[in-house]
Amino acid sequence: MKKLVEFFAASAAIVLLTLVPARAAEDTLQVVKQRGYVKCGVSQGLPGFSNPDDKGNWNGIDVDLCRAVAAAVFGTDEKVKFTPLSAKERFTALQSGEVDLLARNTTWSMHRDTALGVDFTGVNYYDGQGFMVRADLGIASTKELDGASLCTNLGTTTELNAADYFRTHNMQYEIVAFEKADEAVSAYNTGRCDAYTTDQSALYAQRLKLTDPKAHIVLPQIISKEPLGPVVRQGDDQWGDIVRWSHNAMLNAEELGVSSSNVETMKTSSNPAVKRLLGLDGSFGANMGISNDWAYHIIRTVGNYAETFERNVGKNTPLGIARGVNALWRDGGLQYAPPIR
Amino acid sequence: MISKLAFLVSRRDALLQLLTLALVVAGVGWLIANVADNLDRQNISSGFGFLNERAGFGISQTLVDYNEDDNYRQVLIVGLLNTLLVSVLGIIFASILGFFLGIGRLSRNWLISKIAMVYIEIFRNVPLLLQIMFWYFGVLRNLPSPRQAINFGDLMFLSNRGFALPSVSFTEGAGFYGLALLAIISAAIGLRRRAHILFLATGQMVAFWRPLGLVSVVVLLLAAYLAGVPWQVDIPALRGFNFRGGITVIPEFVALLLALSLYTAAFIAEIVRAGIMSVDQGQREAAAALGLSHNRALSLVVIPQSLRVIIPPLTSQYLNLTKNSSLAVAIAYPDIVSVFAGTALTQVGQAIEIIFITMMVYLILSLLTSWAMNQYNARIALVEKNQ
Repeated sequence: MKKLVEFFAASAAIVLLTLVPARAAEDTLQVVKQRGYVKCGVSQGLPGFSNPDDKGNWNGIDVDLCRAVAAAVFGTDEKVKFTPLSAKERFTALQSGEVDLLARNTTWSMHRDTALGVDFTGVNYYDGQGFMVRADLGIASTKELDGASLCTNLGTTTELNAADYFRTHNMQYEIVAFEKADEAVSAYNTGRCDAYTTDQSALYAQRLKLTDPKAHIVLPQIISKEPLGPVVRQGDDQWGDIVRWSHNAMLNAEELGVSSSNVETMKTSSNPAVKRLLGLDGSFGANMGISNDWAYHIIRTVGNYAETFERNVGKNTPLGIARGVNALWRDGGLQYAPPIR
Repeated sequence: MISKLAFLVSRRDALLQLLTLALVVAGVGWLIANVADNLDRQNISSGFGFLNERAGFGISQTLVDYNEDDNYRQVLIVGLLNTLLVSVLGIIFASILGFFLGIGRLSRNWLISKIAMVYIEIFRNVPLLLQIMFWYFGVLRNLPSPRQAINFGDLMFLSNRGFALPSVSFTEGAGFYGLALLAIISAAIGLRRRAHILFLATGQMVAFWRPLGLVSVVVLLLAAYLAGVPWQVDIPALRGFNFRGGITVIPEFVALLLALSLYTAAFIAEIVRAGIMSVDQGQREAAAALGLSHNRALSLVVIPQSLRVIIPPLTSQYLNLTKNSSLAVAIAYPDIVSVFAGTALTQVGQAIEIIFITMMVYLILSLLTSWAMNQYNARIALVEKNQ
């Protein structure tokens, strides 16, 4: 069934690219407004990033970004529909117009940015590739993995990173790449591999699915830079701006101390930066073709970056990830948004 | 007059056909140009230049030399060979098993025929993907870790990383053994023919295996005297996490081969049964009247005639098995869909070109299989006509 869906998606993409007459860059914002909702490509289920709960509601840090874009365009975060995509399908789905944006824990790399006709609009999570191993192996470092079998997901940057890392350190390895993360984790769990490797955040998430999470440890080292961020089609700069600034608005809100709980009282703030953020001053929304209180709706419905981080992946969630490099720049992290000015 | 009219009509037909062909060619040309144009406008790379770029990723099973520095062309070859390996072996195993099941299904022994029936109904009616998963995780779960591997005389080791076997690499002088093998094969063919001619002439069954064994021993001893031991054996040994040295049959391969063979065998069994039942009862009675035993009647009279009915649908099953092998991607067997239309596709991002190449590969494989089976079909049909 899965194969069939994939086949139809690929065929549809090819047919679209084949039959649709060449046309100028489309106006995604106009299309989205007419349709009445945003179509957002997400993962097939990665706790903390994009995962459906038992009622079928999606949540996660990537899902929140989709909601933020919907709030910016429509004033409500509910006008968004999610399309689960495999790593293999994601860019084709975006290129062919099947989704308006990807928020699918996707690594920003130069090749993807320049050769696939897509643009990355920012980084909503700084990640790196790591390894999970059985605790009883007694391994403390990735340097001790010489000769190991590695289970991973097909069609991601991990295969390449692992190859580069093991070769530069003169170590041997065997890569076993599965199309779906579930099968990769099961194979690791049954002992097919010594380590499961993918982005470190996903390791924490997948560890929750194991029969005995405590019997496995995530090694502290990371072997690559994996800046994960939203992706839009190249050539529609207005839509790219909306997605970019939806994320930036959440960062600026955290920096200015504006959150979903105090956004109403903040409207009376005398701080000009807050006034500009909430659309009480300037015409920043109108410049992007949406209403001026776009950021107000994002903060009101989704919250600022700290809220979405803590709600989905933070200390008090099952994932229990510290802010670390994802803290604001002034707290020693990498999250830095240009000012709204 | 009439001949002139016919000429004109045929001229008109030819013209119409030519026009249609031109339209089709133009249409395809327009589609291709439009794709290229659209890709260009969307700033998506196109063309086949990527085949020469460095692939950079590792593959768990390679039948030819491959490492991360090789290009995507080599990835294509590695994937293709892995697909071929599992398909060809799958076809052989499925044919053998299916043949016996089909005969067993018609057996007069109640138990055998019921066992065959139950087998066929189970394997034919459960989706193949589930069977692949079942065998993969079923096989994996029951195997020990490398440190507790099942040891076969310190030569072979079975664990959940696969079956580690000693490998043989040939050195100078191996050619003598190749010649020896050639000599043994020609001797076998010659002896067989001699036995057949003598059988036709005198009705006597002539010894075949004993002289062949004698020839083999002599030839092999001669080769050993001339060339000594021109090979090196590499025995796997546990080092760190895994066995190193030798060759390893990976569990993904075993599971896929098992699932494909068992699944397709069920279909082949039904085809064989239909073929055998299509042979007229009178043929069997005639064979019995000539004094042929049940088994000899089956192998000399019934099966050769049933092949004419069996071969065409059997070809379809072979094609199905080859195409079904693309389900390998679910259990990480590095076939062409997994490494080329999977990893390479996501790294390069040129879906149209890569899917096109992959489709062409399957098309060519299928056409070749059909062609070979049709050749065989024509040969057995000819025998029938001469009789």
